[in-house]
Amino acid sequence: MLSSAATSITVVLIVFFLFIEGAGVFSKKPIEEGFLLAVHASNPINKLEPSQVKDIFDQKITNWKQLGGKNEPIVLFRTEDITEFYTEEELGENFEYFPAKIDEYVSKTPGVIAFFSDKYKAKDFHGKELEINKIKIFEFLSGEEWFPTAQPIAQMGVKALIYGTLWVSFGAILLALPIGLAAAIYLSEIAKKRTRNILKPLIELLAGIPSVVYGFFGLVVIVPLIQSVFGLPVGETGLAGSIVLAIMALPTIITISEDAMRTTPRAMKEASLALGASHWQTIYKVVIPYSASGITAGAILGIGRAIGETMAVLMVTGNAAIMPHTLLAPLRTIPATIAAELGEAANGGLHYQSLFALGCILFLITFCINMLVELVTNRGSHKKH
Amino acid sequence: MTIKTKLFLILPLIGMLSCGKAKNEEKGSEDKASSVSVTIKGSDTVLPLAQKEAEEMMKTNPEVSVTIVGGGTGVGVTALLDGTTDIAMASRELKTEEKLKFSEAKKEIETVTIAFDALAIIVNPANKVGQLTREQLEKIYTGQIKNWKEVGGEDAKIVAYSRESSSGTYEFFKEEVMDKKNYASDILSMPATGAIVQAVSQTKGAIGYVGLAYETKEVKQLSVSYDQGKTFVAPSVASAKDKSYPISRPLFYIFDKANAAKVKTVVDYALSPEGQKNVSEVGYVPLK
Repeated sequence: MLSSAATSITVVLIVFFLFIEGAGVFSKKPIEEGFLLAVHASNPINKLEPSQVKDIFDQKITNWKQLGGKNEPIVLFRTEDITEFYTEEELGENFEYFPAKIDEYVSKTPGVIAFFSDKYKAKDFHGKELEINKIKIFEFLSGEEWFPTAQPIAQMGVKALIYGTLWVSFGAILLALPIGLAAAIYLSEIAKKRTRNILKPLIELLAGIPSVVYGFFGLVVIVPLIQSVFGLPVGETGLAGSIVLAIMALPTIITISEDAMRTTPRAMKEASLALGASHWQTIYKVVIPYSASGITAGAILGIGRAIGETMAVLMVTGNAAIMPHTLLAPLRTIPATIAAELGEAANGGLHYQSLFALGCILFLITFCINMLVELVTNRGSHKKH
Repeated sequence: MTIKTKLFLILPLIGMLSCGKAKNEEKGSEDKASSVSVTIKGSDTVLPLAQKEAEEMMKTNPEVSVTIVGGGTGVGVTALLDGTTDIAMASRELKTEEKLKFSEAKKEIETVTIAFDALAIIVNPANKVGQLTREQLEKIYTGQIKNWKEVGGEDAKIVAYSRESSSGTYEFFKEEVMDKKNYASDILSMPATGAIVQAVSQTKGAIGYVGLAYETKEVKQLSVSYDQGKTFVAPSVASAKDKSYPISRPLFYIFDKANAAKVKTVVDYALSPEGQKNVSEVGYVPLK
């Protein structure tokens, strides 16, 4: 009792921590803390969407006219560009004239958009500070661009990542479930004892291989294979991820469902056979229904492994954060994103919190799947009684 | 015995063991404190080099003990500012912002270049393209050029590989080659340089960038031009050394001038002929 209470409390605490950190992202602006974007005072534009700011700094939007402003080419200015306009002497030995010079530059350049720290905002700043909205939950979930380190404004859209995760996991289950079930049926009902004694430990051995090894195997063997079989320009695809995950999920699915099938009472099987049912009829009319809950448990644990798997997927799916339309294109999953980026994200920063928010989404996905299974198995057992 | 009671017995035991270990470590550092103990912190790019330098140096100078921590150039510079490290490793020049902070804190710092790091642009050996300009590279990575035909190659889709955004190389490439523009979102990102080499070697239309050290026969290195195609320079240790190869960056040790005496051994060793030999061993370009 005590240990289960302790476990529950730990789980609740972890979830609580996850959500507290993740929720932080919605109280922040997508601009780096303490920085601001400013334009010339005569510029009619007061507000820009994050995607517009990105396009401006990527020089895809080069004229204010495109944003509904005056016909004026956009001039980019970042703090470090100041040395191109003023000498070190002009900025002062200890940079004491820095704010004044930024102010001077901004006010004499009508098309400017300046990105600098608000510490260097002069007291009588002549430019106009742009308004930047906080990140909204809806935008976070529906945005399709994931550039969490983009300067000056981070693009936090996780839709492509969520879809990527679901596609890969779904593909993996589609591949692993039929194969896993077939193998389990063969092992428990058809195989001779000697064959089973050799095969089962071999399959269980698969579960012990580290995921990095699967990833490397995928990168070196499966990726080129997919590339040549489908004639694709690139082999790092969602399908490669699905196949690797399917291989990783197989041992779980096979062992658990096989164990469940073997618990079918001998009397039930013999009764079925005695009534004239064939071996095959016995398997799918008696054995599978009897062990349904065990099979679902195996499948769920398999899915759980697939959705949360990081390293193997990171190595074979190409990790391009684009909306997946087919399994034959590169995609990026949530766990791979967290694993690849958390190491460098500044503790407590926007990027860090957005990764935690991704963790929350992942948690919710697995939670929903677990609930679904509970529902299904419960209904099944009610029927039985 | 139930699992519950077992756990109760084991948990404190683990706690005790780890405490004991921590105490031992403290003792170890105290012993060495009688000599000089130098902390180095910062760029993960410089990290392998700094580690190698420190290992070799401690063999000949056992009185100096060096602790090396990674975390990125920004982390190292902040630590130097706070005085929690003696040397900051940096894979880029200090930003104006950072210089401002040092002048606010009234700290005079010295920056020493200890090596160069060059990035090579690699393609599949079957690719006919042998050279690209910076502008073409920028367009490939921002997604404006999508076919090798457009840069004089075969009619094949360009598959561009990059490092993950957490890598210093990602930022360096973005600043140096892409004129600070963002990568296109369909760029494939790989968790490690080795994975890029592997992927480029087996994908016909691939292009990627790796440190010069990763030169292998499975991929072809491209010559690069930074003057709109007038001169193309092939990446090599020699061309990186005489600075004719454009995509290279200096690696720095940065320290407080007031602290110079303490870090002298470490910095001098890194600049000495033996220290520079380690540079080539780790795969960077030595100064001379």
